Amino acid sequence: MRLATRRRLANLGVLAPPLFWTMLFMFVPYAIMFAYSFYRKQFPIFIPDIQFGNYLLLLTDPQYYTVLLRTLKIALLVALASLLLAYPLAYFLVFKIHSPRLRAGLYMAVIVPLWVSYLLRAYTWKTILGSQGVLNSFLVWTGTLSEPTDLLLYNQFSVVLTLTYIFIPFVVMPIYTSLEKIPRNLVEASHDCGVGPLHTFLQVTLPLSVPGILAGVTFAFCLTFGDFVAPTLVGGPNATMIASVIQSQFGTALNWPLGAALSIVVLIIVLAIISLSDRFERTGRLNLG
Amino acid sequence: MSATSSSLAARRRRRPDPAFWLLAGLATAILAFLYLPVVVLIIFSFNDNLVTTLPLKGFTLHWYQAMLANEDMLAAIGNSLYVATVATALTLIIGVPAAFAIDRADFPGKTAFRRLVMLPLTLPGIITGISMLNMFRMLGFNLSLETVIMGHGTALVAIVVTQVYARLQRFDRRLEEASGDLGGKPWQTFLMVTLPNIRSAVIGSGLLAFTLSFDEIPVTFFLTGRDNTLPMYIYSTLRRGITPEINAIGTIIVVVSLGLIFLSISLLRDPQRRPAAR
Repeated sequence: MRLATRRRLANLGVLAPPLFWTMLFMFVPYAIMFAYSFYRKQFPIFIPDIQFGNYLLLLTDPQYYTVLLRTLKIALLVALASLLLAYPLAYFLVFKIHSPRLRAGLYMAVIVPLWVSYLLRAYTWKTILGSQGVLNSFLVWTGTLSEPTDLLLYNQFSVVLTLTYIFIPFVVMPIYTSLEKIPRNLVEASHDCGVGPLHTFLQVTLPLSVPGILAGVTFAFCLTFGDFVAPTLVGGPNATMIASVIQSQFGTALNWPLGAALSIVVLIIVLAIISLSDRFERTGRLNLG
Repeated sequence: MSATSSSLAARRRRRPDPAFWLLAGLATAILAFLYLPVVVLIIFSFNDNLVTTLPLKGFTLHWYQAMLANEDMLAAIGNSLYVATVATALTLIIGVPAAFAIDRADFPGKTAFRRLVMLPLTLPGIITGISMLNMFRMLGFNLSLETVIMGHGTALVAIVVTQVYARLQRFDRRLEEASGDLGGKPWQTFLMVTLPNIRSAVIGSGLLAFTLSFDEIPVTFFLTGRDNTLPMYIYSTLRRGITPEINAIGTIIVVVSLGLIFLSISLLRDPQRRPAAR
C-alpha cells in the first residue's frame, strides 16, 4: 500500500512540471489571445469587451481577406513545389541507392540544412536574386542579360522559391521514412506479375507513401502559412502574407485585438489542416488493410 | 503465360535502368539547389567587394575583422548564447519528463496533453510568440531576454519530447524490471539503467534545441525587450541593407550549426540498428 502511494507520488512528480508548463505557457496564452480577439480598440488602449467587430472586419475588409487568400495560395504553391522536388529525391535515396552507408550519408546531407539558420537561408536568396545580386551580375557578366533585371526579387515568385527551398528537407523527411517502410517484396511481387515499373509505382509505391506525403505537405503548408520572415526579406508589396499583417498589428498599426483575431484565424486554419491530414492518413491506412 | 511474363520481368531487371539516371540527375540538381545558397554565403564572406556581385574581386578577411570590432553584434552573440543555453536546459527539464509521461503514465486528458506539447512542431512560431506576448502583457510582465527564454522553452520542447519518446518506445522495459528484481531502488534503476539508454537521445535533442534557439526569430520577435539576440540583430540590419559583415557572421553560424547538427543527428540515430556487439 505504502509502496503504491509512493509510486503514485513519484508519477505525479514526473508529470507535474510538464503539465504545469503546458497549461501555463500554451493553454493559458491561447485562451488570453482568444479573449483579446473580442476586445475593442479605443486609441491608445484596448478595452475588454465581447463583440465580433474584429472578426467581421476580417471578413468584410478586402485588405484582410485578399491577404488571407493570397497566403493560402502561396502556402499551397510552396507545399506542392516542395513535394514535387522532395518526392523524387526521397524515392531515389530509398530505391536506387543500394549501399546503406551512402544512403544514410545522402539522407543526412538532405536534412541537415533544415536545422541551419532559417534566417540565413532566407537571406541568401535576397543576395542571390537582387538587382545587384549574384544571379543578375552573373547573367550580365556572361552576356545573357544586357542589364540587371529586378523581376527576380520582391514578388510572389521569390517568396515561393525561398520558402520551397527552406521546406524541401522537411518534406523529404517523412516521405523517406514512409518509403523505407514499404516491404521490398511487394514491389518485386508486382514486377513478377508482369506489371511495368510505372504501374508498379502508381499502384503500389505511391499509395503506400501517402502518409509521408501528407505529413510533409502539412508541415510545409502550415509553416509557410504563418511565416513573416521570408515575405519581409524577399517579398514585395504584392507578396504580403497574413503573418506580416499580424506582425504590424502588434507593431506600427497597434491594433492588438485585430491582431489577436487574425492569429486565432491562422490557428484555426492550421489546426483544421492538421486534423484533416490526420484523418486522411488514418482512412488511407485502413484502406490499405 | 506466367513463364513468359516472369522471363520478361527478369530481362527487364537486367536492362540498364533509364529511370535511375533520370532520378540521379534530379537528385543531384536538388542537392545542388539545397547547398548552392550556403556556398554563395561562404564565398562572398571572403570577397573583397561591398556588394555581392560576380565576378569575384579578391580574397579578404576584412569582413571578419569588421564583425569582431562590431560591439552591438558581439553583445547580440552573448545574448543569444545566454538565451539558447537556458532555453535548452528548460526544454530538457520539461521535455524529458513529458516524454516519460506520454510513454508510461495514464492520466485523464493524456491525448490532449500530447497534442498540445507537440503542437509547436507544426504551428507557426508567430502564434506561440503572440499568444505569450498577450499573456505577459495581461500579467503586466516586462519583456526581456527571460521572456524570450520562456518562449523558446515552449516552442522547442516538442523537439525533445519527440526524440526522447521515440527512444523510450524502443527501450526494453524488462531491463528495468530486472534491476528492480535485483534490489535496485527506483532512483537507482533510473540513473543506472534507464538514463544510460536514453542518454544519447537526450543530448542529441538538446543540441538540436540549442541550435534552433540560437537561430530563432518568430517567437523572439514578439517577446524580446530592449536586448537583441543575434538573429534579431541580423534581421534588423538586413532591413536597412546588406553588408558583407552579415556574410561573415553567417558563415560562422553555418559552420558551427553544421557541426552541432551532425553531432546531434548521429547521437539521435537509433543505436539498435547498429549490429549487436555480441
